[in-house]
Amino acid sequence: MYAFDIECPTTIAEAAQALGGENQALSGGQTLIPTLKARLASPEKLVSLTAIAEMKGISSAGGVLSIGGATCHADVAADGSYKALSELAAHIGDPAVRNRGTIGGSVANNDPAACYPAAALASGATIVTNTREIAADDFFLGMFETALEEGEIVTAVKFPIPEKANYQKFVQPASRFALVGVFVAKTTDGVRVAVTGASNEGVHRWTAAEEALNASFAVSALDDLTVSADNLIADLHGSPEYRAHLIKVMTGRAVSAAS
Amino acid sequence: MPKDGGIGAATLRREDVRFLTGAGQYCDDIKVFGQASAMFARSNVANGVIKSIDTTAAAAMPGVLAIFTGEDFVEVGGNPAGWLINSRDGTPMHEPKRPVLAHGKVRHVGDAYAAVIAETPEQAKNAIEAIEADIEELPAVVNMKDALSGSNYVHDEIGTNQCFDWGWIEDNRDATDAAIKGAHHVTTLELVNNRLVPNAMEPRCSMAQYNRANDEYILHTTSQNPHLTRLLISAFVLGIPENKLTVIAPDVGGGFGSKIYHYGEEALVLAAAKKLNRPVKWTADRSEAFLTDAHGRDHVTKIELAMDAEGNFLAFRTETLANVGAYLSNFSTATPTFLHGTLMAGNYTVPNVYVNVKTVFTNTAPVDAYRGAGRPEATYSLERVIDMAAREIRMDPVELRRKNFIKPDQYPFASAAGLEYDSGNYDALMDKMEVVADKKGFEARRAESESKGLLRGFGVNAYIEACGIAPSNLVGILGSRVGLYDAATVRVNATGSLSVMVGAHSHGQGHETAFPQVVAEMLGIDPMSIDIVHGDTSKIPFGMGTYGSRSLAVCGSAVVRATEKIINKAKKIAAHMLEASEGDIAFNDGAFSVAGTDKSVSFGEVAFKAYVPHEFPLEDIEPGLEETAFYDPANFTYPSGAYCCEVELDPETGKVRVDRFAAVDDFGNIVNPMIVTGQVHGGLGQGIGQAMLENTTYDENGQLLSASYMDYTMPRADDLPFYTVDHSQGTPCTHNPLGVKGCGEAGAIGSPPTIVNAVIDAMQSGGKNVTHIDMPVTPHRVWSAMQNA
Repeated sequence: MYAFDIECPTTIAEAAQALGGENQALSGGQTLIPTLKARLASPEKLVSLTAIAEMKGISSAGGVLSIGGATCHADVAADGSYKALSELAAHIGDPAVRNRGTIGGSVANNDPAACYPAAALASGATIVTNTREIAADDFFLGMFETALEEGEIVTAVKFPIPEKANYQKFVQPASRFALVGVFVAKTTDGVRVAVTGASNEGVHRWTAAEEALNASFAVSALDDLTVSADNLIADLHGSPEYRAHLIKVMTGRAVSAAS
Repeated sequence: MPKDGGIGAATLRREDVRFLTGAGQYCDDIKVFGQASAMFARSNVANGVIKSIDTTAAAAMPGVLAIFTGEDFVEVGGNPAGWLINSRDGTPMHEPKRPVLAHGKVRHVGDAYAAVIAETPEQAKNAIEAIEADIEELPAVVNMKDALSGSNYVHDEIGTNQCFDWGWIEDNRDATDAAIKGAHHVTTLELVNNRLVPNAMEPRCSMAQYNRANDEYILHTTSQNPHLTRLLISAFVLGIPENKLTVIAPDVGGGFGSKIYHYGEEALVLAAAKKLNRPVKWTADRSEAFLTDAHGRDHVTKIELAMDAEGNFLAFRTETLANVGAYLSNFSTATPTFLHGTLMAGNYTVPNVYVNVKTVFTNTAPVDAYRGAGRPEATYSLERVIDMAAREIRMDPVELRRKNFIKPDQYPFASAAGLEYDSGNYDALMDKMEVVADKKGFEARRAESESKGLLRGFGVNAYIEACGIAPSNLVGILGSRVGLYDAATVRVNATGSLSVMVGAHSHGQGHETAFPQVVAEMLGIDPMSIDIVHGDTSKIPFGMGTYGSRSLAVCGSAVVRATEKIINKAKKIAAHMLEASEGDIAFNDGAFSVAGTDKSVSFGEVAFKAYVPHEFPLEDIEPGLEETAFYDPANFTYPSGAYCCEVELDPETGKVRVDRFAAVDDFGNIVNPMIVTGQVHGGLGQGIGQAMLENTTYDENGQLLSASYMDYTMPRADDLPFYTVDHSQGTPCTHNPLGVKGCGEAGAIGSPPTIVNAVIDAMQSGGKNVTHIDMPVTPHRVWSAMQNA
């Protein structure tokens, strides 16, 4: 790790002020700190977001769950008002990760195998920043890419609570990130299916499944669908064909388990 | 019932108190005044010519004290292989020099070509980045078959990538060929024994101190055998006389083989400490551990099993390519040969065995012994091909094994692979396994799995291993350049407490608890009055360290011999104290008494007398009570076992879960059953890790793809089942005084074929005619195999 300065602002305004230039936001650090330890990044200054009270906590109003960007996974796991989301949070990493890592950090990083992006995309969540609100469909732009501008801070994520939802993660055995993760949400506006872990494009929706499940929200609705292996990830743990197969299997299991 | 704290008692491990409360003293915990930090510049290419190394800028960096390159070590010796293996044609193996720092060429990713000593680790790291090395990358030699057929050599001066071409037993070759040619049925299997990274919890660490006043060195290092490390540094590498070099391996957080060997970093910190006249410490980070700790396994084997019409084994024949990596690590030539080929008759009366092993240099990290060392490879080949043969001839796999087992009345048994097994009862192990595993209940459990849409498989395995790695005479014939015995000193202190100096090193094995149990049993005293001293060449007489499940069988026997000498001398002293003749003295439960009288003295009183020798027959008996014994056994020991497991396989995803696992082992006599159970659990975890999770993957350029825990799958608790462990069927070793055989490696040897056999059985039960799958049986591999079947 190279030497760096660190600042711990207590308001969003102070944080935005501090994030000028080459300074780097730190929101739990479950990806950033290992990157720094490997000397793969050398920011002059880290601006920690986890001391900002207004970015922490979970509230529910009008069927929408609002989670502060600096809220850790363990708190989301314990909340329970959006069951599928809490279950997802309960299976991210290990206890140490869940008590440090935050939802804002996760969606801002948009790791192609992270769990939260699938929940946000499938739920039709809104990513709230210090300057604007961004629909999940417009937020996730590809592997490690988002609509965030330089210095923009994810202050909250708002999840409309669906009628039914479930997340199925088939873990990559070593990292226990998602080799394939599928989040299925059935809302009054229809079914949304989001897939993580599988694609070189990062988290994405499986629209053919959504259409089929809109017609009939049953596992059998998927029977005639196939997933193309094009542009899916090939690595030590799975071929594109295997991931394509798992997308369908995990989608079926999520439909079956949705509640 | 065993005596409290004596042989057979499940005494809690006393060392765990300090381990579990953070009070352990590991190498990196040791900080001394003036300590400087060493870091290494490591190659990021697998094969390259070092054109130039410019250290000017690095030397000017803050805190930098010294910089070393390979040029500085050209005059010193190389780190040798401990075993000389001859090829089938009688020519000796190729043995390229393994230098302290790479010189001329770098030969694997992670190969160190320079080192910086600085005031702090961060300053040393910064300076490493400032070294300007011009290294011209060359094509890498990675695949073993390509290595043997190509003309790109890891070591140009050898002109081949083959280290040796070994036949065992060469005189059996023709008979084995003939038996296979004439057999009723021959089963052939080609398999890969996957390469593993040892992943000790504590990374390697070495700290050297130099004392200018008397030209003495102290090396604290993460070692399984400090005396061997001292010997290698003294006799081969730096030439520091043994009387000027103390090697101390304090608490060591796991080794699994990888810390048997001497590594260049140890020599570097010693040289740096002298040059700077300051203590110098290096601690590996996890990435360095992945890249530079000696890896394990990495065999590609073709095995053939020939049978007659009744299923009697007629011959095993194998051809193996074994990767040794870029340089020969200390045991690397013994592991694929005498720790592997000699076990290729298994538990069976098979009359013909022929093993051919070609060892291959590649541009990868050195490969050497890893928990089991050669014996897991032998067992895996045998027990996989036997299962395959059983399927081919439609015989129950347990029955086929039983049919060919050596029977209890056949010991000592001369195996067709050249060893003489002293004791065993493989049918009894199999009987017990079937009971403790509830084999009869399998079909009901399979039906239950199938009702959930899952496949269930049953896998079985029988293994034998050669442990207690010793007899010097035998290993000498087999090519060892060192003797393999062990030593112990029992020091009875004046007030009756004991210090027992042992050559075996404990890095997780529980010696500090188990060895005192042996001494306490013999002396009839409280085991807590006995402490083990180990890991310090200045405190213990000598030792060959801990590996090959040898500690109790070899060093424990030395402890017994030294304790017997103590008893003999104590009897003389007691006879004097009791005014009786020595022949009338009996020793029971810690007291010396005169037969037929009520006169007695306690062990403690005798000890005190030995050190306060008033009215002492000095002309007949020396004062003091301290004895040393060296023990060199007559043979290996031969633990064996019958293992089985049941797996549940999800046919939709290929995910396999181990539901049940039963390990029934014959370890001979047991000193501490709790420690033995723990050793079996640990071995099973590593064996199941190999079978299902762990894999070391280099790409075609020699880059290590599985270089962190993001891609190298270490077993976690929830990957493993609750085990049923039984060691009630022990047949004592016939040639060591404790009758013990060794338990450290069994789990890692017996479990991989058990798992894979079960996975194949599960796939077969799902109507998929998969007869082979390579380890690790990851979900992707299982799913792919089922797609293609």
